[in-house]
Amino acid sequence: MTADAVQTGRSIGLLRRTYRRSPPAIIGGGLLLVLAVAAVAAPWLTPYAPETMDFNAPLAGPSASHPFGTDNFGRDVLSRVLHGYRVSLAVAIGSVAMALVVAIPLGLVAGYYQRWLDNVIMRPMDVIMAFPAIVLVVAMAGFFGQGLVLMMLALAIVYVPIIVRVMRGAALGVAGELFVEGARARGASDLRIMVRHVLPNAITPVFVQASVLMGIAILLEAALSFIGLGVEPPTPSLGLMLAEGRSFMGRAPWLVIAPGLAIVLAVLGFNLLGNGLPALSGPRRGR
Amino acid sequence: MSLLDVRGLTTEFRTEQGWRPAVSDVSFTLDPGEILGLVGESGCGKSTAAYSVMKLLGANARIAAGEAWLGGENLLAMDDNALRKLRGDRLSMIFQDPATALDPAITVGEQVMETVREHLGLDRRAARARALELFRQVGISDPERRLSAYPHQFSGGMAQRIALAIAISCNPEMLIADEPTTALDVTIQAQILRLIKTLLVTERRSAVLLITHDLGVVAQICDRVAVMYAGRIVEVGDVRSVFADPLHPYTRALLDALPTHEVARGALATIEGRVPGLTDRPSGCSFHPRCPHARPVCATELPPRVRPSPGREVSCVLHTADG
Repeated sequence: MTADAVQTGRSIGLLRRTYRRSPPAIIGGGLLLVLAVAAVAAPWLTPYAPETMDFNAPLAGPSASHPFGTDNFGRDVLSRVLHGYRVSLAVAIGSVAMALVVAIPLGLVAGYYQRWLDNVIMRPMDVIMAFPAIVLVVAMAGFFGQGLVLMMLALAIVYVPIIVRVMRGAALGVAGELFVEGARARGASDLRIMVRHVLPNAITPVFVQASVLMGIAILLEAALSFIGLGVEPPTPSLGLMLAEGRSFMGRAPWLVIAPGLAIVLAVLGFNLLGNGLPALSGPRRGR
Repeated sequence: MSLLDVRGLTTEFRTEQGWRPAVSDVSFTLDPGEILGLVGESGCGKSTAAYSVMKLLGANARIAAGEAWLGGENLLAMDDNALRKLRGDRLSMIFQDPATALDPAITVGEQVMETVREHLGLDRRAARARALELFRQVGISDPERRLSAYPHQFSGGMAQRIALAIAISCNPEMLIADEPTTALDVTIQAQILRLIKTLLVTERRSAVLLITHDLGVVAQICDRVAVMYAGRIVEVGDVRSVFADPLHPYTRALLDALPTHEVARGALATIEGRVPGLTDRPSGCSFHPRCPHARPVCATELPPRVRPSPGREVSCVLHTADG
């Protein structure tokens, strides 16, 4: 066997072991991978650009040349769904990434130091959390204006307190463990204890939450675009497609079924991944 | 001169009725190369006393009074950063449950290396070499491979050896061992105790403060013993004479409660009553409600500390001149 073949064999073995430990993580992760690849490779997967109109074939049903049919402007629905995924996934990953960068340090510090720092950090979080997410996002969309990055920012602000809470709770639990006392008895500094000992042992629920929040981000993006506060036409967005396709639902149901199904698959992928993650981080703890 | 000199240590815990002492006016000394056993029942304050010396107390505890001199420095008056540099270096510690005292997410090798890099300023290579050497010293076979294992891959005895390797990594002057063998099998217990004695006392002339509720452990390796009850040291002396001739009624009762081969079939001796909690400490001598020799004065006045013979100390009216 060549070195490459050995490497491949190892990778397959690892994948199989991972699947045995946590089927949902692999199924969800695999699904997301397929969707992400399809979104990135969209220009090569369909011969039509998402904005190209074909007035000879408006509202054409699914066929070999247009697997999901065309919309009222004769645009290819498959192409628009795949390009819509680009927006959805960008919003999902971007918003959660921004939120994580801010929320992990805050939650870690609040959970580790407790007492007054905990209050200083957590009370403002409670204030943000007091507003329903959709209301906050709509208000911020009105305040910041529209656009991809602004939408990510609005979602990130909604997400920060949610992640801070999860991080704080997990850090609080780990901070009480004997090995943290042990690290302190060995002369480790607070910063070192937090980063090296508390964080790795407390991060799993944060990743689970992050995965679920990415799914929710896709729904929120669709909702915002649906009501006209998200991405502006003609950029393809799943929510926008639902809004536009609504009027033709009777004659051309594929206009709403395709983006609807696309949303379901992406959210399902994130939720499965979130469900499967804890099982993967378990064995190292050994208990 | 003593290595460690603790004087009048009082540590309080926050309770619903305010701050209450868990450790009251505790004084003891520890010489280089000496093993002092700190014994008592659960909740008597023996662990709190030891943790106070390293100032490893939670937010619900405070040191209300006392000094702890290590060399020319009072540990209790040191700022946090200076004390942090001492911990793991000149003062180190091992815990009761070695499995949970090690970080489950990091390899044991990393944990040993972390300590020597922090205190000895070694680079990765040198730290790794030091870790290997330490693993060999504590009797871990195949140390090269074991360095990259995680704590859950070790048995309790092995994990305690690793904890000990970390504790001795910077050649500490003193080790605090908090019930180091309580969670282990009896056969492993003896091995760990022997290892502590060899590595700390014989090879390094370090002092060991051994916290235990097991008088058998004290008999096995301690030079001196301090008996604690309800936050106070009631008796101190060298192990041989305390075991042969316990002066305090509590010490006597503890020794009487040890199971022996002769009475293996009979009921085990017990001490009547229970250890008072933080908020219901009796007045006077804390032990008087359970003491068979209690007198009226015991309920009202703290017993005086007397020295009946060199090296022995007891807090009980029975041993005063007019007792």
